[in-house]
Order: sequence, then structure tokens, then C-alpha cells
Amino acid sequence: MNEKATVKSKIFLKGMKDGAPIGLGYFAVSFSIGITAKNTGLNALQGLFLSLLNNASAGEMAGLSSIAARTSLITLAVVMLVTNARYLLMSCALSQKFSPDTPFYHRLLIAFDITDEIFGIGISYHGYLEPAYMYGAFLTTIPMWAAGTVLGIVVGNILPQIIVNALSVAIYGMFLAVVIPPCRKNKVITGVVITSFVLSYISKYIPFISKTSESIRVIILTLIISGTAALLFPIKDDEEEEKTNA
Amino acid sequence: MHKSIYAYIFVMAVVSYLIRVFPLAVIRKPITNKYIKSFLYYIPYVTLTVMTFPAIIYATDSKIGGIAALAVGILLAFFTRNLFVVACGCCVTVLILSFVI
Repeated sequence: MNEKATVKSKIFLKGMKDGAPIGLGYFAVSFSIGITAKNTGLNALQGLFLSLLNNASAGEMAGLSSIAARTSLITLAVVMLVTNARYLLMSCALSQKFSPDTPFYHRLLIAFDITDEIFGIGISYHGYLEPAYMYGAFLTTIPMWAAGTVLGIVVGNILPQIIVNALSVAIYGMFLAVVIPPCRKNKVITGVVITSFVLSYISKYIPFISKTSESIRVIILTLIISGTAALLFPIKDDEEEEKTNA
Repeated sequence: MHKSIYAYIFVMAVVSYLIRVFPLAVIRKPITNKYIKSFLYYIPYVTLTVMTFPAIIYATDSKIGGIAALAVGILLAFFTRNLFVVACGCCVTVLILSFVI
């Protein structure tokens, strides 16, 4: 029993270690989310809850733009569903990584923080997923994500404008870090990304779409482009594995 | 207004959690429908790209800074694949340019 506990704590420490660089990246990005949250009218406590309960960069940004526009809560729910829809797929993939012996409650707990990066290290874990590994990673990432947001709200307007200005692009840098690397290997993704760039730019100037809110625009373009890509280039099974090993 | 912001945050949190927990808790077998799989597979790339561009250009005080950050971000992401490096690289680019311009 003692030996088992030692193994578990080693796995937990490994999770903490693998989570640390992710936590650093989170801090920079969530700081910029904090600045956006501040501009949207959120106070520090609201920012804390926002990041602690959501753990989603694109989702939080989209949610904040909904708050700014004071959309209906139904619209907000749809926006969250669409911007976070990728987590559906990640959870599906991750559900296959659990050992049949793992108690069910671990699934409920781990679901709380399935992000692009946590999914990345979780899915590439050798063999069955150890819940202790995930909790270790949570410990070095979730607090950083929440702290960055709070600090962005509190310090964001004390910092010189020139710094705030520079930090406001951090979130977009993080998005690029998710989108661009797979383009090295996958031509379809490259095509999808380039098409998204072009249509996103054009849609700003199309009479009907340009008048809708930013989040609706994101939904429309996501449905059209992903839907078309799925029809024209259905993925092969090995592609998914390639992605998870990246 | 504070109360309504908490309502927004609450809805966001509930939807975010349900999306993540649903497949883990309910679907124990892999999705076999090829179209749905493909559709979900492409979503992050489209959503994140559309959210990034052209917004990044208007995120800073000068358009030039935003365009430079985009270019540097793409290059760094392509060559380093490191989240932290890319995010910081974009910020530093804007910072340097704001001194120059």
C-alpha cells in the first residue's frame, strides 16, 4: 500500500512538472484576458470566478464579448457551445484513455479542466491515464490561469499604457500557437486556416454578416468552413492519432 | 449590473463544464460517424483563426504593431510550437514597435 502511494505521488509530481510551462503560458495569456475583462466591466472577484470556472481562453474571450454586447443568456450559451465545441471531441478521445478500473468520479473531476494544452499532455500520457497525473498538472495550471486574470484586472490599468498595449496581443499569440504548428504536416488544415483568414477578413465587409456581433460572426464562419471541410476532406483515423502525438 | 455579470459567468461555467463532462461521463465508446468526427476536428482551427484575424490588427494602438505581431506570431508558432514563446514574442514585437513608431 505504501509503495502504491509512492508511485502515485511520483505520478502526481510528474503532472505538476509537465504542467509548469503550460502554467507560465497561461499566466501571460490570462493576464491579457484580465485586461479585456476589465474593459468589459468585470471586477477582480468576477474575473476570478470567470477564469476559475471556465478554463477556456477562446471561450472566455467570446463570453466577454457577449457580456460587452449584453446578449441574451441563450445567445451566450450558444456562443459558449460553439467556441468550446472542440472540447467535446477532446473529451471523447480522452474517455478512451481511462482504465476500466478508474472510479467514475475521476471522470467528473478531470472534465473540469480539459483545455487544449492539458488535453495534449493527457492524451500523450503513456498507457492508461492516471488521474493523479492530471491533478498534478491542474495544480500548476489552474491557479496560474486564475491569478493572471485577476492580476490583469487589478494591475492592468496601473501598468503603463505601452505595456498593456503590448500584452493585449498575448491571447492571439496563444491561438496562433494552437493553429499554426499542425500546418507543418497537414495540408488540409493549412487550407482550412488560410480559408479562415481570408473569409474572416472579407466577412468584416460583407453587408449582412459585418452587422452581426463578433460572436455570431465566429459561429457562422465556424459552421460554414468546418462543415465544408468535413464534407470535402473527411479525416482518416490515423490523422487523429497524429494530432494527439504532436 | 453586477448581478447580471454573475449570471453571464454562471451560464458560461455551466456550458463549459457540460461540454467537457458529457463525453467523458456518457459516451464510453468512440464516435464512429465520420462527418461529425471531421467537423469537430476542424472546429478549433477555424474558430481560433477567425477570432485572431482581423482582431489582432485592431487590438493595439497602431495597426502596424498588430500586423507585425501577427507575422511574428505565425513565424514563431511555425518554428517553435511553444505557446509561451509565441505569446511573449507577439507582445515584445508590439512593445518594440511602440518605441520605434
